Amino acid sequence: MSVNSSQKAIEMVGVNKWYGPLQVLKGIDLDVSRGEHIVLCGPSGSGKSTLIRCINHLEEIQQGRISVNGTELSQKGTNADHIRRDVGMVFQQFNLFPHLTVLENCMLAQRRVRKTSAAEAKDKAMRHLERVHIAEQAQKYPAQLSGGQQQRVAIARALCMDPKIMLFDEPTSALDPEMVKEVLDTMISLADGGITMICVTHEMGFARAVAHRVIFMDRGEIIESAKPDAFFSNPSHERTRAFLSQILNH
Amino acid sequence: MNYSFDFTPVLAAWPMLLEGILGTLRMSSLSMVFGLTLGIVFMMMRMSRQPVLRTIAIGYIELIRNTPILVQVFFVFFGMPAIGLRLSGEQAAILAMTLNCGAYAAEIVRGGVQSIRPGQIEAGRALGLHTADIYRFIVFRPAIRAVYPALCSQFILMMLNSSLVSSVSAEELTYFAQTLDSQTFRSFEIYLTLGVIYLVLSQFFSAALSMIGRVYFSYPTK
Repeated sequence: MSVNSSQKAIEMVGVNKWYGPLQVLKGIDLDVSRGEHIVLCGPSGSGKSTLIRCINHLEEIQQGRISVNGTELSQKGTNADHIRRDVGMVFQQFNLFPHLTVLENCMLAQRRVRKTSAAEAKDKAMRHLERVHIAEQAQKYPAQLSGGQQQRVAIARALCMDPKIMLFDEPTSALDPEMVKEVLDTMISLADGGITMICVTHEMGFARAVAHRVIFMDRGEIIESAKPDAFFSNPSHERTRAFLSQILNH
Repeated sequence: MNYSFDFTPVLAAWPMLLEGILGTLRMSSLSMVFGLTLGIVFMMMRMSRQPVLRTIAIGYIELIRNTPILVQVFFVFFGMPAIGLRLSGEQAAILAMTLNCGAYAAEIVRGGVQSIRPGQIEAGRALGLHTADIYRFIVFRPAIRAVYPALCSQFILMMLNSSLVSSVSAEELTYFAQTLDSQTFRSFEIYLTLGVIYLVLSQFFSAALSMIGRVYFSYPTK
């Protein structure tokens, strides 16, 4: 283990994962520093969602090591709850709890996991809902909100747990085009706050604006990893070029 | 046909019928509550990763759903004393109906739990919630909502089946009707009236359950 491992938010070494006979992650090595913003892109089925879902152990890996803030995730995920305390996640399908109000969605885990008092949990929930500009909808149910609003609530819900790392799994892919911007703006302001972020997305404008590094994956492998300028202007790998020409020229 | 219809003895016996109605309501309601609770426990065992728990749950569910409820009632009332469990008619009735309702409820609720999108559970896990909390606070309510109509008809069916427990002298509606019949021999009038009362009771249960549903599941969905 390297000396400055305490500076690493996430460390993945030789991670391999299979679904049955299909290998979906192939020898993934990835270091993420504290405060770093990473955009992960690649064709569908390339393993990018799977990769971030391994970090908070929503998926099990068969080989390799994953450490989060210096704590190594055990193979069977016995310390997954411990890791998850530091890692927030936002999903493509929002996954808000339909039977709870926006406010209750943001309070549940605080109350149950952090054992926060109701008043304190409500306070923090309202602060984060204000931060994502949706505090006035606190008493509504998810189904009464637009997709963009729901996704902002989902971001607030994750933030209520004071995560040090945020994982975004295609957060704008399920949104109508006119709602993409409000969610990206929220994520940009979050990035400005210095949190560690890994974001699976094809929003290349967002990548240019906030990413320290853009990583391109294909067929379970990390093909290319570069600063946004270099990544977009001068990709070194043929597959990256092919992918970029497809998503940038439509 | 020279039978002259006379409902006066039936109407005169209203205090007895009322006691019967209360008995039916009491035993059915308790069995519903206990049965649903038991059903949830067995549903969780049925879906558990522990083979032993799963096998016990499957065994119980299959046993109950593939034997007549009257046999179950007889077994509890007449059979259990052999192993030292001597119950009154009403206790035996509630126990048998709870066991019966639990098996059906377990399967119905399991359907509801399986209808919950995996993303809901993943969101709970990502927030660091324990499995028990995920079930209690995230899965439970939408799962019950999804199968609530099926659950309600099962409850009503059980209320109607409760007439069978008259055979172990549990003092419910049918038991009193039979008593009245043996005193007055007004079978036609008595059982016609009994049918009407059960019809009204089902309607009552149906309305009460849908009202509970409207309050408990009032959140909007798309």
